[in-house]
Amino acid sequence: MTTSEQSAAPAQSRRFGFDTRMLHAGHIPDAAVGARAVPIYQTTSFVFDDTEMAAQLFELRQYGNIYTRIGNPTTAVFEERVASLEGATGAVATASGMAAQLVALMTLLSPGDEIVASSHLYGGTITQFTHTFKKLSIAVRFVDPTRLVNWEQAIGPSTRALFGETIGNPRGSILDLAPLAALAGSKGIPLIVDNTFATPYLCRPIEHGATIVIHSATKFIGGHGNSIGGVIAESGRFDYSGYPTIAGPSPSYHGLRFYETFGHYGYLMKARAETVRDTGACLSPTNAFLLLQGLETLSIRMDRHVENALAVAEFLSDHPAVAWVSYAGLPDHPDHALAQRYLGGRPGAVFSFGLAAGGSGARAAGSRFIESLQLFSHLANVGDARSLVIHPASTTHQQLSDGELAAAGVGPELVRLSIGLETVDDLLWDLDQALRAAT
Amino acid sequence: MEPDDVVACDITLNTWLTDEERVRFQNPAMIRRILAESRTIGVVGLSSERQRASHFVATYLQRAGYRVIPVKPNAGDILGETSYPDLASVPIPLDLVVVFRRGPETVSVARQAIAAGVRRIWFQLRIPAREAAEAAAAAGLDVVIDKCVKIEHGRFGGTLAWAGMNTEIVSARKARRAPPRSAERPPSRGPS
Repeated sequence: MTTSEQSAAPAQSRRFGFDTRMLHAGHIPDAAVGARAVPIYQTTSFVFDDTEMAAQLFELRQYGNIYTRIGNPTTAVFEERVASLEGATGAVATASGMAAQLVALMTLLSPGDEIVASSHLYGGTITQFTHTFKKLSIAVRFVDPTRLVNWEQAIGPSTRALFGETIGNPRGSILDLAPLAALAGSKGIPLIVDNTFATPYLCRPIEHGATIVIHSATKFIGGHGNSIGGVIAESGRFDYSGYPTIAGPSPSYHGLRFYETFGHYGYLMKARAETVRDTGACLSPTNAFLLLQGLETLSIRMDRHVENALAVAEFLSDHPAVAWVSYAGLPDHPDHALAQRYLGGRPGAVFSFGLAAGGSGARAAGSRFIESLQLFSHLANVGDARSLVIHPASTTHQQLSDGELAAAGVGPELVRLSIGLETVDDLLWDLDQALRAAT
Repeated sequence: MEPDDVVACDITLNTWLTDEERVRFQNPAMIRRILAESRTIGVVGLSSERQRASHFVATYLQRAGYRVIPVKPNAGDILGETSYPDLASVPIPLDLVVVFRRGPETVSVARQAIAAGVRRIWFQLRIPAREAAEAAAAAGLDVVIDKCVKIEHGRFGGTLAWAGMNTEIVSARKARRAPPRSAERPPSRGPS
């Protein structure tokens, strides 16, 4: 060992902090140019070194770039950065959050398989699971996620995955990750967690035993409401030998067994080289760049998002025109203890409240409230730097039946807020004047 | 891939080693030095089946400029190179031995490597090789266990990152151009 190596030895054990990795993980300034910002490789395809290298890339024997539908150097920076922040072994970016969960599950499942999912999910997810997955002969059993016994009873011989959201949309319930991960582990099936509302800054599900973490990166990861994207991160710790989709020979790669050949990268290699390749659900390089810009300020944005959200939740709790506030950061929320355990008492910035005008007048009061707001944008998104509002019963969840609405905890009086980074007193002023106008 | 390009990061994922064992058997500076200084690599247990992990790794190493010597009984030529039944039969010096054998066979391979005067031995990912590693280390060899030589080459060479994997490397330093020595490496010996 040379002198220079000995003198550098202490630095080798450095584990860089979350904020440092937000800014640096996945990007080393390249040897030729040294660009400090992540370059946008806005190209469909990549010239091969020679015919032998081309053949080896197509056989997955080499690391390298072929075609942006399968991988791209800008997108790869985003993937590695998310993996680093989630404590994952790697990641695959997708065109959207919906594409992320489609790819995550299609990679894992075969026709005839079942999944057990929380009923406290984004309405679009419930629709995708119920109707689109049915076309793939994949059945979904929804359970009230708040009791572990519900999950245990729903797991059958064909169950191949458990699925839930760290912070459930739109009521803000908190998934009790550790016992659920232990249950999944005892059955030899992976727990898949949608961590969109928490972001890896507030909660890292892999640390609690989850195998696969997905995001709609459109939301707080991007953070500025300008780009649709998704990402799948995987722990590298799950034994896929019982999953023929990952461990069995692949007909589209001459019998290649992904789990045997790529080990802890097997699932992600399969997701990229087969599912994203064949569905075409790739992220564009420019969107990857914009999402990276968001990631670089994730922690400081989330600090302000949560600070403002708590102030708004407390304000609404005391407001006479408000019937209830469902934010797990408040002490009276049934999941307050879970929010303390998994999110450091900071359960994101998306939550719901109910207008006091109930019954048949609720829907009209909701409309008047939303029409009166001056700063909150009325739209179907969350996780923008700006504050957002929506009435789920008439928009995001309108395709659900009454029974599905009730199971998801969405009533006609419910209003969902996504609290932004504005001056908090201005947000309180806006909500107060709109509540007065509505009631 | 210069050995003095110190990586100031802990590489912790995907291993069953303890922190103390990682310092001994997965030290990033040692791994980089092994990859930079080795030219001829004996691959014990290299399969002639195209879709096996060992075949993937050997193909990769050839393309990266290393000469790969297959060590496998009764195997004939693999990847354009003559194979030898054991390390004692290999007629040229090996800079590194990479081992694709089951756990119980690793001690025997380590003894062969020590007897053949090999200075560096690498037991691949997920192969239980603690006893073999201790024997080789006691004989003064550089030893790597529970790592894949292809993954590590890609990690420190900057190409694993293109697969979206978490290399755990964080640095604001400009990447080095390919070391000039690489031009002096023997050309790839893959089938052409």
